[in-house]
Amino acid sequence: MLVRLDGADTALLHALDAPHAGAVRTGMRVRVRWADRREGAITDIACFEPYDGPVTHEAVPHDGSFPDPVTSLAAPARLEYTYTAGRAQTRYLDGLARREVLGERCPSCRKVYVPPRGACPTCGVATTEPAAPGPRGTVTTFCVVNIKAKGLDIDVPYVYAHIALDGADLALHARIGGIPYDQVRMGMRVEPVWTGDGRHPDHYRPTGEPDADYDTYRRLL
Amino acid sequence: MTPPRDVAVVAYARTDHQGPAEGLSEAETLLPVLHEVLDRAGLAPGEADFTCSGSSDYLAGRPFSFTLTLDAVGAWPPIAESHVEMDGAWALYEAWVKILTGRADTALVYAHGKPSAGDPRDVLTRTLDPYYLAPLWPEPASLAALQARALADAGHTAGPDPAADPLAGPPAVADGAAAVVLAAGDAARRMCGRPAWIRGADHRVEPHALGLRDLTDSPSTRLAAERAGAFRAPVDTAELHVPFAAQDVVLRRALRLDDTVTVNPSGAAAGPLMVAGLIRLGEAAARIHRGASDRALAHATSGPCLQHNLVAVLEGDA
Repeated sequence: MLVRLDGADTALLHALDAPHAGAVRTGMRVRVRWADRREGAITDIACFEPYDGPVTHEAVPHDGSFPDPVTSLAAPARLEYTYTAGRAQTRYLDGLARREVLGERCPSCRKVYVPPRGACPTCGVATTEPAAPGPRGTVTTFCVVNIKAKGLDIDVPYVYAHIALDGADLALHARIGGIPYDQVRMGMRVEPVWTGDGRHPDHYRPTGEPDADYDTYRRLL
Repeated sequence: MTPPRDVAVVAYARTDHQGPAEGLSEAETLLPVLHEVLDRAGLAPGEADFTCSGSSDYLAGRPFSFTLTLDAVGAWPPIAESHVEMDGAWALYEAWVKILTGRADTALVYAHGKPSAGDPRDVLTRTLDPYYLAPLWPEPASLAALQARALADAGHTAGPDPAADPLAGPPAVADGAAAVVLAAGDAARRMCGRPAWIRGADHRVEPHALGLRDLTDSPSTRLAAERAGAFRAPVDTAELHVPFAAQDVVLRRALRLDDTVTVNPSGAAAGPLMVAGLIRLGEAAARIHRGASDRALAHATSGPCLQHNLVAVLEGDA
């Protein structure tokens, strides 16, 4: 309901405690029911309730200064969502469950995107054709991570890399393991390592193959 | 004021499903709509001089959610692009201004909304005043019911709006997308047999506090219409964005629509959140394209109880 307090020229929005809609009419008198605990927020008013009394209050001038001004208020909010992965990402996630990394090919420019997001950003068309790049790939570029991430059970330093899977036209990123961090290099050949019931490769490790030639991955940097 | 350039809506497309877009991401919902509208305008993806979209992170439940749809427009190599966290009608407004400034001759405008990802009754409370309103979580139907009650009390309607009944259960949630192409001058004439020229457009907003407003009137709609030139000559068609049925009478009075005007010939006046307003503009334009209208008014609204209103006037050549 909107309620205009005695002495006010405008209305405020709040709840009215009434048994049913029929018990409420425009113009009825109501009064504030204060919350048990008050902290300087609109919720200090628990609600309004019907009141059969006369007007008892008139607006009086206020100088705008208060002994204990409210300087902040907390209004916690939580919203629940159901995420829809979409056609392309669902296919990708289903593949991961079978320990396969799947991509999609653009029907126009023939590029293979992995992970697929459903559309080719260059051509602006749907990438509906499935592709299965890898599983092996090439480190195109990498960085050494020296800051331990909260809740991540990996010792620093470690290497995080862009990896172009064989047959993919977009590098994905993953951690490199199975080799000291200072021996990782551009062009290094790697393969995925799946562990436990992980939903994606835990990390990539060296295959032992000779390094790839720079020209084979330069456009994927 | 007469716009400094002739700019028209030359193509329009929308999704036509009525419920949740099951199993599709927002980009996937949008792709066929973009292709349809670009085909109609004869543009390739990425070819428009400017791209502007409207959508809301709060509906999607993730930050920068609009970036996920940029793949669908062919945004690489980089395009000139912008986004409004609003209904796509306001994206159209931005694109129109961009073309008026001469910085672009063509623009792709699109909107998408997937409110089925969350509960819009909760989500929309987050658009309200954070101090006095949002902590009370007043849902849209409750606020609309206040307006319906005010209209009934004032004698403008026969009774409360049944659609604005918060006790009636969750409303039907529609997901969707829509897109238009704008073009200036000769480009517009090349792309469309009968362009829908935007003769004026403006948007105005009411005070945030509902208690400061007369809920039976819409001064912002009236002012926007005046500034858009809507009252300079009669319109034959009006596409009104009416989230709750009782608001229809408010808009008709503010826009001075009488029985000679065909109102919402396209059907439902509500529609997917963030898309419904752009749909009104698109439907008005499509009617001009088809020769079914010569001068049409299109309206979009946003916020509780018609808080923010956009009015555009579209005309076809004789």
